[in-house]
Amino acid sequence: MAENEERLRRTMMFVPGNNPAMVKDAGIYGADSIMFDLEDSVSLPEKDAARVLVYEALQTQDYGNAEMVVRVNGQDTPFYDNDVKAMVKAGIDVIRLPKAESPEMVEKLDQDIAAAEKQFGREAGSTHLMAAIESAKGVLRAADIAAASDRMIGIALSAEDYTTDMKTHRYPDGKELEFARNMVLHAARAAGVAAFDTVFTNMDDTEGFYRETEYIHQLGFDGKSLVNPRQIPMVNKVYEPKAAEIKNAKNVINAIQEAKLKGSGVISMNGQMVDRPVVLRAQRVMSLAKASNLVDEEGNYLEK
Amino acid sequence: MKSKVNRELPDDLMKQLNYQPFETTEIGNPEIQRVAPKVHVSTGDDKIVDSIKKVVDETLEDGMTISFHHHFRNGDYVFNKVMRVIIDAGIKNLTLAPSSLTGVMNDMVIEAIKAGTITNITSSGMRGSLGDFVSHGGLKNPVIFRSHGNRARSIEHGDIKIDVAFLGVPSADRLGNANGMKGDAVFGSLGYALMDAQYADKVVLLTDNIVDYPNTPASIKQTQVDYVIKVDKVGDPDKIGSGATRFTKDPKELKIASMVNDVITHSPYFKDGFSFQTGSGGAALAVTRYLRQAMIDNQIKASFALGGITKPTTDLLNEGLVKKVMDVQDFDKGAADSMHTNGDQQEIDASWYADPDNKGAMVDQLDVVILSALEIDTKFNVNVMTGSDGVIRGAIGGHQDAATGKLTIISAPLVRGRIATVVPDVTTVVTPGDSVDVLVTEYGIAINPKRTDLLAVLSNIPGLPVYKIEDLQKMAEKRVGTPKPLEYTDRTVALIEYRDGTVIDSIKQVKD
Repeated sequence: MAENEERLRRTMMFVPGNNPAMVKDAGIYGADSIMFDLEDSVSLPEKDAARVLVYEALQTQDYGNAEMVVRVNGQDTPFYDNDVKAMVKAGIDVIRLPKAESPEMVEKLDQDIAAAEKQFGREAGSTHLMAAIESAKGVLRAADIAAASDRMIGIALSAEDYTTDMKTHRYPDGKELEFARNMVLHAARAAGVAAFDTVFTNMDDTEGFYRETEYIHQLGFDGKSLVNPRQIPMVNKVYEPKAAEIKNAKNVINAIQEAKLKGSGVISMNGQMVDRPVVLRAQRVMSLAKASNLVDEEGNYLEK
Repeated sequence: MKSKVNRELPDDLMKQLNYQPFETTEIGNPEIQRVAPKVHVSTGDDKIVDSIKKVVDETLEDGMTISFHHHFRNGDYVFNKVMRVIIDAGIKNLTLAPSSLTGVMNDMVIEAIKAGTITNITSSGMRGSLGDFVSHGGLKNPVIFRSHGNRARSIEHGDIKIDVAFLGVPSADRLGNANGMKGDAVFGSLGYALMDAQYADKVVLLTDNIVDYPNTPASIKQTQVDYVIKVDKVGDPDKIGSGATRFTKDPKELKIASMVNDVITHSPYFKDGFSFQTGSGGAALAVTRYLRQAMIDNQIKASFALGGITKPTTDLLNEGLVKKVMDVQDFDKGAADSMHTNGDQQEIDASWYADPDNKGAMVDQLDVVILSALEIDTKFNVNVMTGSDGVIRGAIGGHQDAATGKLTIISAPLVRGRIATVVPDVTTVVTPGDSVDVLVTEYGIAINPKRTDLLAVLSNIPGLPVYKIEDLQKMAEKRVGTPKPLEYTDRTVALIEYRDGTVIDSIKQVKD
């Protein structure tokens, strides 16, 4: 489609990097992004083993079209250097920096990645990065963090650490996260990168999960971090475009093609000029519709 | 000599036991002769006995065939009580012909083999220490494994001639009218035991619950019963079946189940009046849940559900989504309890359920069936009997029989831990690939190339990748590597019959 088409990142599934069965099966659930964790879900004695396991999995397992992300240990730990080197060597798509609080931290990761790319013969700039905002400091500097590197693909809010830092905890209505969510989202949009909402851990509260996902979808988040593959179809359902939206988007796409054929710079539909934002939204709706199996290859709506 | 699925069979044993190798899944329309049991005439007033020993002394001789049922599963007290008396009585050379053997019976069977009490076994399956014992050459004569339908066929043919059947029941009256629905140790349908009651020369009931005469509904009838023995307890209700059936939360099982559901709902068989068999196990129960929603969404009702029944299936019956449940055994208390409260839950015997030599069996009318597999190979042959180490650890159950269904789906993960499920050649062929239509794994499905009709309708389902089974096998091998070939001795420890009584494969003693 258009040059503006961006990768869908509705679902980023957390997978503990020290669990062979979960690492092996991570590709079967249709997550847009798979995030192997070397940090909080891995105990200290297992740090090296997890790094080796994830490295080997990235060499041998087939994860299809999913974007592969690894959360490395923080820069204040002795594991950080080896994590970054091993994951760059393995050809990971994205390295996620935990507890980002300043653009300098991102710049350091950028430089470390660049050095590792050189050392292991990876293409310069091929490894992307993202940052997790987990504290008041991080939230207040979110805009600088999001814009700190050309490798940056997105920033994520991590609510567990953040609410602790704010001397509160998570509530069902999410009011305690309102400021942070909006800061992270605005920082991401201003920098032109993706915004990921935090995890929802109570697997028995399906209703609460839908409520929260619908809310962050309304705000404009690209998607959500997930702790359980069972949440993937639920998020996808919330992000599924409605039939009318798809039909409208299809009309816009047709109008673009018509304008192209005519060699016209102005796109018009039903006698009205189509603005650039409308074009962008239509393209996003079509890519969501495709991912949700609601349209065929030509973009025609499939009646259920 | 070889069976049609290319398995070398032991010539000497085949000749000695007068067996033919497996040829085809087609049963055809042969004329067959059924047998009838001997009847010791009585008015029935003298059946109550309080001693197993007395009955054993009066009925059993060396070399006879005895039988039991496995409806109490791992809560069975009857088998061990009776076998203890038989071993202690010094009886030798018995053939043990139960409907199946469960884990609680293992130690007693091994003791009986070592004592020379049992020298032959035919069963649906065996697991644990007994499977290990037999696979290591503990029993001189080969075990004959038969499906539930084939056991019924063999009994009707006289291939299995039961001299004495010891049948535990949760309720019976003094003449032997009995059912599986009332009492402390209820298990619901008596499906498998009904064959023994009908064809054994001597039928001995054991119960902890003698009720007023006449006991109704009578699954086993007084016309069939010789003795009623009162014992203190026939079974442990907590171990007969799982109490409350819980839906799996395992995301991989749920993923496979939803894909199985996609295959069913996109098949031409998913229409009003269809029939299905789902079996037990986490994924099968989850399929029932997905299927329920699909039936509601599409306003489709099933004419019947068949086989081993669980509460999710009887829930569908109560909701009106399934019109009849044809019930040969119940896997949980919910299904067992529902048996005598819902008249549309029909108890059926193993012959009605699955016997191929019949004037029509239920499995012949079955549209959709979901079965499991320890292994499936690139010819779609399925193994549910031996592990990847070659050791016996399974049961045919109704696998070969239900695979007769019009759409036979094997639901199995591509790999289990470091062991591939989809393999170049299964360790033991139980169900021939000719009767298997679709394999569903967490990575995608494979359709038997003989089913070109299914290839056409199942090939473009969103989120349901279709692979050649050879590709799935390679995917599995890429993940777990290539195992070293198993090593066996030349000795045959078991024969696998196909449901028509031919031999499809054999199991050799494993090398230590």
